[in-house]
Formats: sequence, C-alpha cells, structure tokens
Amino acid sequence: MEAKTVDKSELVVPEGSIWGKLHLIGLALAVIGLGAWYAGFGDDPARGYYSYHFGFITTLSLALGCMAFVLIQYLVRAGWSMGIRRIAENGMMTLPVFALLFIPVVLGAHDLFHWTHVESHDKFLKAKAPYLNEGFFYVRAIAYFVLWSLLAAVYYRRSVAQDAGDKKELTKLLVVLSPAGIAIYALSQSFAAFDWLMSLQPHWYSTIFGVYFFAGSMLFTFSFMALVLMGLQRAGALTNVVTTEHYHDIGKFMFGFTVFWAYIGFSQFMLIWYANIPEEVEFYYHRLAHGWEFISWAMPITHFFVPFLFLLSRHVKRNRLGLAVGAVWIIVMHIVDIYWLVLPNFAAHGLKFGEHAPHMHVNMGDFAALIGVFGVFLTVFGFLLNKNLLAASGDPRFEESLGHENY
Amino acid sequence: MSDNKKLYGLLAEYDSASAIYTACEKVRDAGFKKWDSCTPFCVHNLDKAMGVKPSFLPWLVLGMGITGGVSALCFMLWTSVADYPLNIGGKPLWSVPAYIPITFEVTVLFSCLTAAFGMFAICRLPTLNHPLFESERFKKVTDDKFFIIIEAADDNFDLASTRALLEGSGAAHVEEVEGEL
Repeated sequence: MEAKTVDKSELVVPEGSIWGKLHLIGLALAVIGLGAWYAGFGDDPARGYYSYHFGFITTLSLALGCMAFVLIQYLVRAGWSMGIRRIAENGMMTLPVFALLFIPVVLGAHDLFHWTHVESHDKFLKAKAPYLNEGFFYVRAIAYFVLWSLLAAVYYRRSVAQDAGDKKELTKLLVVLSPAGIAIYALSQSFAAFDWLMSLQPHWYSTIFGVYFFAGSMLFTFSFMALVLMGLQRAGALTNVVTTEHYHDIGKFMFGFTVFWAYIGFSQFMLIWYANIPEEVEFYYHRLAHGWEFISWAMPITHFFVPFLFLLSRHVKRNRLGLAVGAVWIIVMHIVDIYWLVLPNFAAHGLKFGEHAPHMHVNMGDFAALIGVFGVFLTVFGFLLNKNLLAASGDPRFEESLGHENY
Repeated sequence: MSDNKKLYGLLAEYDSASAIYTACEKVRDAGFKKWDSCTPFCVHNLDKAMGVKPSFLPWLVLGMGITGGVSALCFMLWTSVADYPLNIGGKPLWSVPAYIPITFEVTVLFSCLTAAFGMFAICRLPTLNHPLFESERFKKVTDDKFFIIIEAADDNFDLASTRALLEGSGAAHVEEVEGEL
C-alpha cells in the first residue's frame, strides 16, 4: 500500500457549504422547537414535561453514544476509525450542555416522577426510598453531568491539541485512561437510564434496562455518524479520508447493534413474561393496550427484522444510498423506541393494577420538544464542527485509518 | 505408480510478496480459471490481484440458517401443541416467547455448521494428498517462498506459452508438476 496523503483543505468544512451554517440551523431549530413546545405548554404542563423529557432523553442518547464510541476507540487502540472519530467527539462534547437542558426535567420532576411525592401507603416506594428520594436523585444527576463533562473535556481537548500535528504522545495518556473512562461511562449511563427512564414507572424494575438504553443509543450514534459523514463528503470534505471501507464498518456496527438491541430487549421481555409477577409485567401491561400495542407489536418487526434483513448484505452496507436509508430508518425507529419508553407513563400515576395507561396521543409538543432539544445539540455540534478539523489528523494512527480495508 | 504420469500443472516460485502480487495480476489478466497462489502468510489484497469471485457460501449459510430457524420453531410447535401438550404455568400451549431462544440458537447452529462444513466442501477438504507435495521446492511455501500453480486442466493451458507467461512474470523458477488429484 502506498502511503496516502491528505490535503488540509479536506479537513475543514468547505466554504459556502450548508455545514458551515450548521450551528445557525441548530439555533433556529432550537428556538422554533422549544418555542413551539413552550407555546403549547400552558395547556397541560404535565403533558408538556413528558414531551420535553422524550426529546431530552432521545438527544441525550446520541451524545452518550458518541462518548461510548470515542472511549471504545481508545480502549481497543482502534486504527480504522481515526478518520471518523472527530464526528463522535463533537457529539460527545455536547454533554456539558445537557446539564442546562436538564433544568426543565428538574422543574417538571413532580409531574414526571411519581415517586417524588411518595404516598405513605405505597410499600414498594417506601422500600425503594433509600435510593429513590429527591435529594439523592439530584446528587446523582449532578454526579453524572460532572463525570460526563469531565470525561468529554479530557478526551476532546487532547484530541484537538493533536490537530497541529505534534503532541502524538497525548494518545498514550488517553489510552491509559480509557479503561477507567469506559467503566465510569458504563455505570453512569446505566444508572442515568434507571433514574430518568426506569423510575418513570417506579414500581417496575429491570436490571438490564441500562444495557437496553445503551444498545439504542449506539444505534442512533452510528446512524447519525454515517449520515453526517455522507453529508460532509457530498459538500466536498473528507474525500480521501473516509472511504467505502469506513462506511462498511459503520454499517456492520449498525447491523450488530440492531441484533444486540433485539437480544437485550427480548431478554428483558422473556424473563418478565415467564415469571409473570405483577410489579414486573406492569411495564408491558401498560404498553399492550390503548394504542401502545401497535408500537409494542411493530417494534420487533420494524426495529429488528427490517433493518436486520436490510443491512444483512455486504453490498447494502457498502452502498451509500443503502446505508443512508438504513441509517434514517434506524434513527426513526430509535425515536419511536424512546417515545414508547417515556410516554405511556404519562398520567399513569396512581393507576391501580389492572388499569391501563391512557390512550396513546401523539401531539405537536412531542415533535416540537424533540426538534428543539436536538436543535440545541446541533448548535453545539455545528459550532465544534466548524471550530476544529473534521478528522483527528494528528492522531498517530490516522494514516492507518486512511489505508483501512476490510479483507 | 506408472512411469508416464499425467501433468498436473506448472508451478512458479517467487521470492517476495510484491513479486507474486504483480504475477497474480498477469495470470488473472491472461484469463486463467484453474489456478491458485500459495504463500507462507496472508498477502493482503492478493484475492483482488487474483480476481477471486465472491464465494457463494453466504447464500448457503443464509438458506440453512432460515431452514434451521423454521424447523426448530415448527418442531417445538408440533411437540408442545400437537404431539404432547403440557400445561405449564397456565400459559397458552402456543407460547412463542418461550420458543425464541431455541429458535435463535438452532438458527445460529445451522448457520455456523454450514459455514464451517460448507467451506470444507468448497475447498474439497479433507484432501489427503496433493500433487504439489511431490515438489521439493514447494516445501518452502511454509517458510519464505511464494508460489503460483496453474493447472493443466485449465482451458487456456498450453505448456509452452503458459511457461513463458510465468517466466515473464518475474518467477525465480518454473517447474512441471506431475500427478493426479
């Protein structure tokens, strides 16, 4: 293999392309989305908080997935991904902003989390009180954001510091830190999923829930990366940096995590179905009536079988259009998945066993909140995309990535 | 063993990975079908230089995987619903969730066994002896030499012109190999 060289002009957002204005587009989406969400907020604040929570969790899953990707690349000393890692790094560096985006969740905590106003007769909540109490809940939330922001900053700053071409030794430090980083990440994202998603239905519990959330967030991350890279390449950037080989690998991850998601989702379901214990089946019980059953029945097909069979072929993964279609499909399904996790809990407070969650009712506030929060993500993401190089060209393994091939 | 052995093919020896790489491209472009290269280690992209077509093994694996999954599911349906119905915990007889893990495992089992044994079959393994083993020089293939073998059974094979092609492709040595597979 002859050594490839990359022109510096490939590593910046091409002038006049829409990517140069991504932060402004994000800002516009944020203002419009959150504005529209707030406009409808007065009608039913409790419902409004649920819409927001859905948007918040969906976008957070992307930022967290990006961090997992970056950490894993260092952990396994990957070479192939150096040309695409910066995209995930930009996504990861949005995590500090989520501390601000968490404020509405705090304000709506009483509407979102039933257990915050625990009734004395509720045996389950009393037993869970040492963990599920407001004080500890906020301490944990602060801890998550501090840990995520620190991890993101430590990795982002050093990766960007290499852009000038020197300081290759920084990679060593990041590799050494990565096992601790991945452990911190795994525990914090898992407990965040318990706190912010699972505790929406406080009687219910599933030890595998954090992994389920992780599987979805990785699907979102790889699909998002594939789409951003395709867009940047269409605009004329990264032409020699990212090749079909990289898309093929991203496609393999999308395929693999599709299987992983189904495996984890089914593992969670089957044990609960088999044991048939009231406080466990409650989760699925609410989701098997009043409109939710359509999503519950569709998910195994649309979130698993369709992308599984579609992405099974090597030719689809190596084809830009094929991979783009797969990525959009997976992102839409992931959004539906989070919606299905969050929204059935709305107004399910105080339901006695045997009573169903209220009817599924998608409203404009859900879309507005999702667009708004995602707009905030894009603002930061776009700002970083334009501020720094598009690829970690200073990494010692960058050349390995240029010549990467699947054998 | 009779004295007039049949010609198996022409064996060309090369000294380096780059030499065999360009030689493979020449042999590929000459339109040969029944030929192969043997190297002491994996030379990346040599399959492209040889113009190796994608294997049909994946389709076999897909077909057998589906066969395995469907037959496992049908078998459980038959045993639990038709042949020997048992009431387990009051669950319906036809309880798909309970059958999924086994369906999954059997799908994987059929796929893996097909992949492994299909590969054996396509590579015609086990082959207990091979005419190439008669060549003293070929023993270096596990050490530091690279070889191309063009079979006499190939339609394009012609002793004189094929030898000229191999010699012109940078071969350090070309010899005739006799014997039958």
